[in-house]
Amino acid sequence: MSAEPTGAEPTAAEVQTVVAARRLRRAESVFIGVGRPSTAAILARQLHNPELVLVYESGTIGAKPVHIPLSIGDGELAETADLIVSVPEMFNYWIGPGRIDVAFLGAAQVDRYANLNSTVIGDYEHPRTRLPGAGGAPEIAASCGEVIVIAPHTQRTFVRKLDFRTTVGFGDGPGCRERLGFRGAGPTAVITDLGVLEPHPETKQLVLTYVHPGVEQAEVSEATGWELEIAAELRTTEPPTDAELVALRELVSR
Amino acid sequence: MAELMSLPDAVAAVVGDGDSVALEGFTHLIPFAAGHELMRQGRTELELIRMTPDLIYDQLIGMGVARRLVFSYGGNPGVGSLHRFRDAIEHDWPRAVEIEEHSHAGMANRYVAGAARLPFAVMRGYVGTDLVGRTQVAEIACPFTGEQLVAVPALTPEVAIIHAQEADRRGNVQLWGIPGVQKEAVLAAKRSLVTVERIVDELEPRPGATVLPNWVIDAVAAAPGGSRPSYSLGITARDNDFYKFWDELSRDRDAFVAWMNEHVLSEMAHR
Repeated sequence: MSAEPTGAEPTAAEVQTVVAARRLRRAESVFIGVGRPSTAAILARQLHNPELVLVYESGTIGAKPVHIPLSIGDGELAETADLIVSVPEMFNYWIGPGRIDVAFLGAAQVDRYANLNSTVIGDYEHPRTRLPGAGGAPEIAASCGEVIVIAPHTQRTFVRKLDFRTTVGFGDGPGCRERLGFRGAGPTAVITDLGVLEPHPETKQLVLTYVHPGVEQAEVSEATGWELEIAAELRTTEPPTDAELVALRELVSR
Repeated sequence: MAELMSLPDAVAAVVGDGDSVALEGFTHLIPFAAGHELMRQGRTELELIRMTPDLIYDQLIGMGVARRLVFSYGGNPGVGSLHRFRDAIEHDWPRAVEIEEHSHAGMANRYVAGAARLPFAVMRGYVGTDLVGRTQVAEIACPFTGEQLVAVPALTPEVAIIHAQEADRRGNVQLWGIPGVQKEAVLAAKRSLVTVERIVDELEPRPGATVLPNWVIDAVAAAPGGSRPSYSLGITARDNDFYKFWDELSRDRDAFVAWMNEHVLSEMAHR
């Protein structure tokens, strides 16, 4: 593969990655897993925020990858990190006390309060689909400064009711995070391949605030398993610039 | 005191049928060779413990070695599902496996308590999630401030198995790069086996390395390439293609069993 020349229209996945990267302009540090979040964070370091500290769950803090890692354990992360810590240290000294600004999380199911399921589809005892499980997500979502969820926008993912609540976003609504004693502010955005949802300041329910270029509002509502609230001033995502697209495609092709 | 042994002798000496066994190595230094030896020796009814089951537990579960699994993230990292793990939980194939799942923070703290010989660890976590009703976690009040926290029970496996880059001839071990939770697992377990890339006359101290002295280890065995297809930083590279290959191969029960027989269980494999 080689870098596509610009001119080719951005794909929905590319828009999602570019939008996620833009969200990291002012962050000091970001906690990431592999996949699109990692690509977005590497892109953000390259384009918007060269001082951004990438923190991978494997224990590599301040990793400076120039390739997209397949695994959070890739050698390039260990070799370029400012420090490498054990798993207990990662959770007890770095994540728990809220030292990381932003965390990217994915999920198989997201509900209207941005609670996440990554455990099972169906009944817990007899699941239709057994998913990987919690990993670090519950404590990451409780303690990092804010959480950005990255997920594909379909009715399968954006559901009325989670089959299992693995990770708390806003729980049952306003005041829930405070009652649970969480340090972090919780989800500030859910970035999908169709648009961006943000929690309503009072109700904490997700509101559609942006649609990506070429996406109709009705399409987003249709892909959401509950009656999605639409922002009064619904905006269209700024399309990826040539610089963003070239950098992303070059990164992916490495 | 660590004894240097061959890998088959070490596994025979340290692991018995029915034992609780933790093979650790968080995305790095995963003890594949030792896991394969467990299968070659026909170990059975094991309680397998590991934060990230990864491909090695997918293989052990698919071959029916596990009666119980304790874990926190059962995926093929960066690729997708662990198909043998899923098949066991979704369809009881080749047998039903009891599961106990935690968050990473919970598992890590359980090992810390085990290593410290404390009955439990205190942490912030789990609250508000459905994990609370499904796993071993309990609320506890801070005796000084009254703050509500959670406790998770110590994890004390009968056996811990890890892979490291080096040991010296007296069985002192040094590992470097991503340290995961291996030191805690060895110190939490009743018995331990460390496989190593190489045995050297003298360990050369490395900055940031984890050193495990020979008096906390039972057996050390040379197993060059023993963490493949994961890796040993500075010695072997991660075989990403194998992780992708596994995603395809392991979807099919027959193809899986045939591959295991040919590449792991046969007399010649890996010897």
